[in-house]
Amino acid sequence: MTIDPTREQAVIADLLAQTPTDAEHLLPLLLQVQAAVGFVSPQAIRQVAQAFNLSRAEVYGVVTFYHDLREAPVGDHVIQLCMAEACQAVGCRELAAHASQKLGVPLGETTADGHVHLEAGYCFGNCALGPTVRIGDRIVGGVTPARFDELLETLPGRHGNTRPVAGESAA
Amino acid sequence: MTRIFVPNDTGARSVGADEVAAALMNAQVVQSGLATIVRNGSRGAYWLEPLVEIDTPSGRIGFANVTVDDVAGLFADGLPDQTHAKCLGVVDALPWFAGQTRLTFARVGRIDPLSLSDYRALGGFAGLERGCTMDAKAIVDEVTVSGLRGRGGAAFPAGIKWNTVRNANAPQKYIVCNADEGDSGTFADRLLMEADPFQLIEGMTIAALAVGATRGFVYLRSEYPHAAQIFGRALTIAREAGVLGPSVLGTAHTFDITLRMGGGAYICGEETALLESLEGKRGTVRPKPPLPALTGLFGCPTVINNVLTFAAATDVLARGAHAYAGLGVDRSTGTMPFQLGGNMQRGGVVELGFGVTLRDLLERFGGGSYSGRPLRAIQVGGPLGAYLPASQWDTPLTYEHFAAIGAMLGHGGIVAFDDTVDMAAQAEFAMAFCAHESCGKCTPCRIGSTRGVEVIQRLRRRENPRLQWQVLEELCETMEFGSLCALGGLTPMPVRSVMKHFSADLLPSAGGGSVTVEVGR
Repeated sequence: MTIDPTREQAVIADLLAQTPTDAEHLLPLLLQVQAAVGFVSPQAIRQVAQAFNLSRAEVYGVVTFYHDLREAPVGDHVIQLCMAEACQAVGCRELAAHASQKLGVPLGETTADGHVHLEAGYCFGNCALGPTVRIGDRIVGGVTPARFDELLETLPGRHGNTRPVAGESAA
Repeated sequence: MTRIFVPNDTGARSVGADEVAAALMNAQVVQSGLATIVRNGSRGAYWLEPLVEIDTPSGRIGFANVTVDDVAGLFADGLPDQTHAKCLGVVDALPWFAGQTRLTFARVGRIDPLSLSDYRALGGFAGLERGCTMDAKAIVDEVTVSGLRGRGGAAFPAGIKWNTVRNANAPQKYIVCNADEGDSGTFADRLLMEADPFQLIEGMTIAALAVGATRGFVYLRSEYPHAAQIFGRALTIAREAGVLGPSVLGTAHTFDITLRMGGGAYICGEETALLESLEGKRGTVRPKPPLPALTGLFGCPTVINNVLTFAAATDVLARGAHAYAGLGVDRSTGTMPFQLGGNMQRGGVVELGFGVTLRDLLERFGGGSYSGRPLRAIQVGGPLGAYLPASQWDTPLTYEHFAAIGAMLGHGGIVAFDDTVDMAAQAEFAMAFCAHESCGKCTPCRIGSTRGVEVIQRLRRRENPRLQWQVLEELCETMEFGSLCALGGLTPMPVRSVMKHFSADLLPSAGGGSVTVEVGR
């Protein structure tokens, strides 16, 4: 997942134009940058810090604190496996082992082709219907290894389609 | 027209409710105009989801675990087919529902979550309307007399907190709702926000009238995208209807609510870390004092309560403090929406007055394990709560009874494990989770949790186990008494419960297997 720096700058400038720049709007803005660009680059930090009249260190501190904010791009699709207790009780550790083997990467890494980033999540509030998996804003319950494989097959771009680029229109 | 209810909450959707709703849209009864589809919230009986209900003169008839393939057979001659293998009969009559005392969750699953008329028809706004006729002190007194305690886990009396904010002399005060429901095994906040969002809005508005606040925030975790969507729409509807805004329900009070999303940090469920995060900073814990009630958001007096606390306040006002306090036992008054999850046959939200035993909840409502194997350990109160062995399951569910056995109710999450569980792995995970989520502000939590993982790993490898055991005991003590907040302070609770009740797993005999504990991204 990459984005042209000029385009990134324009996307962020657009977002900045629509937000007040009191400190209380910093995290919401950074979450928007993350959603639009896929990560928060050093360039983005510089741009945001200037707009909010904060030091780069302050913004960097916020970026590194929150798990949702990434400093570097990851795969086209982020798949989060809930690894918290309620899902542990119904086999999420076994599911994680299967997923890692199937994709050839441990939790926290991206497949070599950049298609899937696999990682742990901690609770999607679906604790009576685990194991639970999150893909984008979709929460899926009762995920067996076989169901996981089906979910993988439904991801767009799996079979050589053009990969969607974050920040660009999917169309 | 016959209404067909198909739940639209995260849980029901996670097992196919949207697909069922889409199939029903194409069904003959809907296409011909005889029936219409209502997307209600889930009733919280997740073991029945997708639970499709159909209006009949004798009540709503339910069909459990409906799949797309079942849709064609739900109706016979235009009426619900009560001979269908998945037909449950009248849903309200099921023992799982009939045995509950639903106050906070009374409307949940019955109504269209975004219909103000549905909300009003089932008692919505009765509390706020009464509050609008009372002075601020009377509202606070009502909450104090009810004995309502913070449902987020700390169980601090809500009336005392509200009174502190009410008495504070400041031009600006805030209402903050902690919807950062990070504990595994808890989902009541999410369900309430998805299935009855106006109740939270009403409860926060009552708090605003009580303390003289004009602005509120809901801090919602990013792991709940669907709750964010529904609650965001509810805020817009409430504003358009004049519930929120410059004139709350036509009175002279001004109050509005802003929805803010978290960034995936568990620690932001700690109230002072949450306030830091709302202010746009790293979510690190603030030392107390000063209390948030006096120096809270942006340095102003702030009521910060959990979703369920604000929701319960609507019942306190609507029914009166004494009616509310009549439920529960001793100082644990009212009801608690317990959440059954993990390896449980009939998981979901079970709201009951405090005082029922854990065993009753597990057996009568939970129906034993999902796997069919014997239950072995029950973790109550989230990742910082104790693991309870069978010998403790007769403990009544009250704040005091749980504290007396070295456990806590927390936010009411109950996670069941069967006899395949490796309790050493669970103890190691408790420390690993703390290490992953520590804000880093204080040393006992930041360093202690990592040392805890190492010590437990050595124990599991049987490297000088007697020494490691002693080190682990001392480490737990240091974390408990030396940490700045409950994350470091309570992580020893599950660890100690494993040391005390499941020590054989932690000191395996030769040849014992072990599970790798993975934490991180």
